Amino acid sequence: MSNDLSPKERMAIDRVHMPELPADERNKNFEEVNLGLSEDQALSEAKRCLQCKTRNCVAGCPVGVSIPEFIDALACEDMPRAAQILRGDNALPAVCGRVCPQETQCEALCIRGKKGDAVAIGYLERYVADWAMQHPDRLLSEPTPEPTGKSVAVVGCGPAGLTAAGELARQGHKVTIFEALHDTGGVLRYGIPEFRLPKEIIDREVAVLAQLGVTIECNVIIGKTLTIAELRSEFDAVFIANGAGLPTMLNIPGENLKGVYAANEFLTRVNLMEAGRREDSATPILQRDEVAVIGGGNTAMDCVRTAKRLGAKRAMIIYRRGEAEMPARVEEIKHAKEEGVEFIMLTAPLEIVATEDGWVKALRCQRMELGPADDSGRRRPQAIPGSEYDIPAGIVINAVGTNANPLLTATAPDLKLNKWGNVVADENGETSIPGVFAGGDIVRGGATVILAMGDGKQAAASIDAYLKR
Amino acid sequence: MFEVVSNEILAENLHKMVLVAPRIARARKAGQFVIVRLDQGEERIPLTIGDADQAAGTITLFIQAIGASTRKIVATPAGGFIRDVAGPLGKETHITNWGRVVCVGGGVGTAVLFPLVKALAEAGNEITTIIGGRSEKYVILADELGALSKNLIITTEDGSQGYKGFVTGPLSEMLADPERVPQAVFAVGPVPMMKAVANITREPGIETIVSLNPIMIDGTGMCGGCRVQVGNQTKFACVDGPEFDAHLVDFDGLSDRLTSYRKEEAARHAAEGCKLAKEVAK
Ligand SMILES: Cc1cc2nc3c(=O)[nH]c(=O)nc-3n(C[C@H](O)[C@H](O)[C@H](O)COP(=O)(O)OP(=O)(O)OC[C@H]3O[C@@H](n4cnc5c(N)ncnc54)[C@H](O)[C@@H]3O)c2cc1C
Ligand SMILES: Cc1cc2nc3c(=O)[nH]c(=O)nc-3n(C[C@H](O)[C@H](O)[C@H](O)COP(=O)(O)OP(=O)(O)OC[C@H]3O[C@@H](n4cnc5c(N)ncnc54)[C@H](O)[C@@H]3O)c2cc1C
Ligand code: SF4
Ligand code: FES
Repeated sequence: MSNDLSPKERMAIDRVHMPELPADERNKNFEEVNLGLSEDQALSEAKRCLQCKTRNCVAGCPVGVSIPEFIDALACEDMPRAAQILRGDNALPAVCGRVCPQETQCEALCIRGKKGDAVAIGYLERYVADWAMQHPDRLLSEPTPEPTGKSVAVVGCGPAGLTAAGELARQGHKVTIFEALHDTGGVLRYGIPEFRLPKEIIDREVAVLAQLGVTIECNVIIGKTLTIAELRSEFDAVFIANGAGLPTMLNIPGENLKGVYAANEFLTRVNLMEAGRREDSATPILQRDEVAVIGGGNTAMDCVRTAKRLGAKRAMIIYRRGEAEMPARVEEIKHAKEEGVEFIMLTAPLEIVATEDGWVKALRCQRMELGPADDSGRRRPQAIPGSEYDIPAGIVINAVGTNANPLLTATAPDLKLNKWGNVVADENGETSIPGVFAGGDIVRGGATVILAMGDGKQAAASIDAYLKR
Repeated sequence: MFEVVSNEILAENLHKMVLVAPRIARARKAGQFVIVRLDQGEERIPLTIGDADQAAGTITLFIQAIGASTRKIVATPAGGFIRDVAGPLGKETHITNWGRVVCVGGGVGTAVLFPLVKALAEAGNEITTIIGGRSEKYVILADELGALSKNLIITTEDGSQGYKGFVTGPLSEMLADPERVPQAVFAVGPVPMMKAVANITREPGIETIVSLNPIMIDGTGMCGGCRVQVGNQTKFACVDGPEFDAHLVDFDGLSDRLTSYRKEEAARHAAEGCKLAKEVAK
């Protein structure tokens, strides 16, 4: 097959629509919302790509995926080659194809977006990655690495740790991942719900690592079960990728009432512990008719859509800025709206009001208006005096963000931290301790899957170089 | 997988379980706990590390079977396995030689108290241990605690053994006696007991430390579910505790949060009971 349409022919093709489960069906279950493109849709979309020499899209991708190249292979119907190109640049394409904010990255810079719609790069990435998962026998075989005799400890089994482990194993190093929880995936498993990212995808990625000879030890908390110093003496190098798992409190009255959750607790109960998912699930979760979620990021969208699926009649987003300022992916906001989520914008929480017996009764709020832009370029919300009012709610979920968790760093006094408690690492991922590298959210603060993955890849390259020194 | 070496019944619904967990046995200090998940699909349950044997690579748990999850855990026989045991979690107890120390334990709190008493005795403290139970058959670890303490006082609500009444009775008597007044008090047990102890040591200003038992999930500071109000600050019991200055703890808030899932738990308890009854009938 070839991919030799004229630019005019390419321009004449319209952007595909992702097939989805109907909104009023999916908001009652945890099935994946996006169904994936059909072969015809994928080929048609691939042909929309102009194969630009300037490769704007690549510049928008945090890890520089060879976008026009993999799309060209797809358009030529050479799936093994498309998969190989993609996998060479992105260790977790089936994940990134589902959760990356393409509209602010590759697709934001795509030439075709200047006049009309950008190429649906994310959908194509997912299509190729899913094909690869379903056709392991047709993938171009990877050479088996020569064992180097060196060993590396990876702390944390999120995207950064998984990526680094895979890369290091491919270089022939013996890798052991230590994970604090009883299961793999980090935020991909306990945070992001299955209606966006089915657990099967994480299981498959983990299975690939096992095939490469990576050992995963769950229930090991570095800083408690073992220390960084112990790892340093047992292994030739260490990669710290323990994420940013520490909820930021709202610091408003009523935060400790029954029915108030931090987003991590709410999502962990439902995603990791399967609360509310099965009739007989061991871990409980509260269910109420009115659920107020505070925040405007992906975490807030995941909480509110989960609450809706658990049966809330009113599932509400309470955000102190406007919709345009919301950091969540555009697709999450669109899906949430379709599913019946209410968006209460320019509203800031003041207090959580209690019933007589200590349950949440309402969220007391204040209306805001947007003032001039602040340092981050976003317009700063200002309170409107006298605008206080109560939003009835039986559950309030705080999804305003997370910080670096000090559990590990508290027991590694030589590890340099910044003023927010994040590990300081240079562009190669090296920390202040020789042989100890770090990446992902523990270095960046709450960031994205692709950046965590990119850090894992960079650190693996640095560790490989370090071990060959 | 963690092998169960032994599983003994100490009193009604109270089990002493020894598990193979060499890394935890090596790293743990008094006051720390583990999170146990029996199997795929089960809850994560926090349990204090009662004791450890580094040479044998084992840890000892004292488990009171009060709900669906703890009942399933104690049903694991010697030779059986527990899928997940993570720890040691929480801060270690601040141990020093205070001089005279009173250790108060109620219910399963008595078991949680055991490693504390052991560490305090090793640090040279003169210990009076007061343990309470509803009746004689709920009094546990008396011999073990007696061996580590200068005095051991037992209280039962029905007077079937020792002093009739609550643990606070003998404690008040000691506080009133200048010869016996302690420099520090440790209390572990049901929330109302810890609150009562805090109330009587507050006035004389005696340093009092309690070990709190809020609902937990991860035990690593990630979820925020274990938060308790201590003074004017919100603390995460799993990482900032579980031990806190009793005079600053909001016990009413803790009690209240512990009832968050009462309805859901009762339903599960009933469902599990039904299943059990059906199996027995078969
Ligand atoms: C609800 C939610 C939704 C999100 N949605 C998106 C999205 O749509 N798109 C996107 O790009 N990004 C999203 N993000 C952000 C993204 O998930 C994170 O940036 C990314 O997961 C960070 O990867 P990481 O590997 O650094 O850390 P994590 O994924 O946090 O993994 C860290 C792992 O380390 C383990 N760990 C922690 N401490 C220790 C220790 N002491 N010892 C051993 N193990 C330890 C943790 O249990 C965890 O498994 C979302 C985040 C959340 C919370
Ligand atoms: C740091 C820490 C250390 C602990 N150490 C021990 C220990 O060494 N031995 C031991 O037997 N137990 C200990 N516990 C308590 C134990 O975790 C709970 O009893 C257990 O989680 C109950 O689970 P369940 O499913 O069996 O009961 P559930 O069905 O969940 O609860 C049954 C009843 O107990 C109440 N309850 C629920 N959770 C708790 C709790 N955390 N504390 C007190 N009451 C609760 C419920 O409201 C309900 O009324 C500890 C708890 C913490 C936080
Ligand atoms: S910028 Fe858009 S059209 Fe150009 S190569 Fe990238 S995806 Fe194709
Ligand atoms: S148990 Fe999750 S933060 Fe303490």
